[in-house]
Amino acid sequence: MSIGGVLRKRYLILLLIVFAMATLGMGLQGLDQYVMQIMVISRIPRLLTVILVGMSMAIAGLIMQQISRNRFVSPTTAGTVDAAKGGVICTLLFFPGASPLLKMLIVFLFAMAGTFLFMFVLRKIKFKNVIFVPLLGIMFGNIFNSITTFVAYRHDLVQNISAWLMGNFALVTQGRYELLYLSIPLLGIAFFFAHQFTIAGMGEEFAINLGLNYKFVVNVGVGLVALLSALVVVTVGQIPFLGLIVPNIITIFYGDNIKGNLTAAALLGAVLLLGADLLGRVLIAPYEIPVGLTLGTVGSMLFLYLIFRGERT
Amino acid sequence: MIKVVDVVKRYGAVKVVDGVSLTIPKGKITSLIGPNGAGKSTLLSIISRLLARDSGSVYIDGKELAQWGSKDLSRKISILRQSNHIDLKLTIRELVSFGRFPYCQGNLSEEDWGIVDRALEYLQLTEIQDKYLHQLSGGQRQRAYLAMVIAQDTDYVFLDEPLNNLDMQHAVEIMQILRSLVRELGKTVVLVIHDINIASCYSDYIVALQDGQVVGEGCGEEIMEESLLKKIYKLDFCVGQINNQRVCVYYN
Repeated sequence: MSIGGVLRKRYLILLLIVFAMATLGMGLQGLDQYVMQIMVISRIPRLLTVILVGMSMAIAGLIMQQISRNRFVSPTTAGTVDAAKGGVICTLLFFPGASPLLKMLIVFLFAMAGTFLFMFVLRKIKFKNVIFVPLLGIMFGNIFNSITTFVAYRHDLVQNISAWLMGNFALVTQGRYELLYLSIPLLGIAFFFAHQFTIAGMGEEFAINLGLNYKFVVNVGVGLVALLSALVVVTVGQIPFLGLIVPNIITIFYGDNIKGNLTAAALLGAVLLLGADLLGRVLIAPYEIPVGLTLGTVGSMLFLYLIFRGERT
Repeated sequence: MIKVVDVVKRYGAVKVVDGVSLTIPKGKITSLIGPNGAGKSTLLSIISRLLARDSGSVYIDGKELAQWGSKDLSRKISILRQSNHIDLKLTIRELVSFGRFPYCQGNLSEEDWGIVDRALEYLQLTEIQDKYLHQLSGGQRQRAYLAMVIAQDTDYVFLDEPLNNLDMQHAVEIMQILRSLVRELGKTVVLVIHDINIASCYSDYIVALQDGQVVGEGCGEEIMEESLLKKIYKLDFCVGQINNQRVCVYYN
């Protein structure tokens, strides 16, 4: 079966169910009396976290790609996630005892500022080459990163920060992931604005011609991306690649009309992340490989395959 | 009717549009001609509210641009620019359905889809409606954009160099479509165009611009005049009459 066939929504749902079962049921032999406890404390939170994070990053990537009008711009290549990490160090330094919600708010403000700064620079530069723009974003992110590292180094927090660097689901347990539920209404807003994002992606003049409030829609988009990224960074850390690969795969098979492909993107994001997480748990069991590593490996290979395969649809 | 009064647009010290006043008649094809840098596209962008002016007024059906709400305006005027041409992976049908956005904000009713279907049919795109824009030839793509404008169903249609990169056959095809928009659907079409022979044969009204100022306006016969054209384009023109239409030769 071709990749395009696998990408049909019903197969994605089927894969999601299979992976979800595996996530919940793996390695429970001989633990009969604890099964309920393991489920409630660890397995169900982990499953929900992976699904919500996968959907959030995929949708954030899709929106980002559309409003920046560049296929290679995603929260990880536009400084959003790096700025969010700056927010994490800020909370560690100044608000160590803050509630998760307050932490999330601070990180969100950083992510928002970083993304808007990038969008502002993007509007100013004349040379909008497909490769140049994401490179600029990566440079941008690296500047944030070096500032963060500098501050972390001065305050002996380098280890805490590098723990954020690798997204990891092993630490997700009951009581440490619930903030992620906030992403559900955010994803709802993304669906509501889907049509507007597509029109905004066709350019400011095109949007004005159709009576769309371009600046408002772009701001909503950037706000959503920053919020979703902040939520993910605060709860599980940085998840590389997902926001880049999923929108690109979806575009190849479904086109660029966001309204029609948001569901598929959300499903694919969840399936890919669940798969990568399972792989990380199986490969060197009983130990775990952080999902950032497995996803980076699987994702980059998948992406290379797609590039070399070209757009034969 | 569109009335432009004393519109000025500056880029730094340069006045790109320098006190332009004109009246664009309703239910006609009006062409803006002139050399590169004459301010044609800038003027078109100002009239279609894509670009802010420094001074002057633009009245659309008697109401100043600033007085119009953006949603009402998007049901009144539509503009296609060359730079609109995007590289998103969209089908013709999806693109044309965007034309209904001003009416339904993206939730197309059965009636909206009916209008999309008729627009596709009007431009003979029904059979290829599910093709992606990047798979189309230049002429087909231009027709797809025009179909979107028809679905947008505005009284006024502005087009910035709609014949760019089209061969003769497709250029004429587009002009015939524009003529039928005016005659059959009662639209008012305003376009920026470089080929003055096409402008002469297809427009009801021509406005000639030079250095941001109107240097001539009138029907084809009034504009297709050797001394005026020579003044505008700094070339020697030879204007003649073929099949009751004024055409010129300026190649030497």
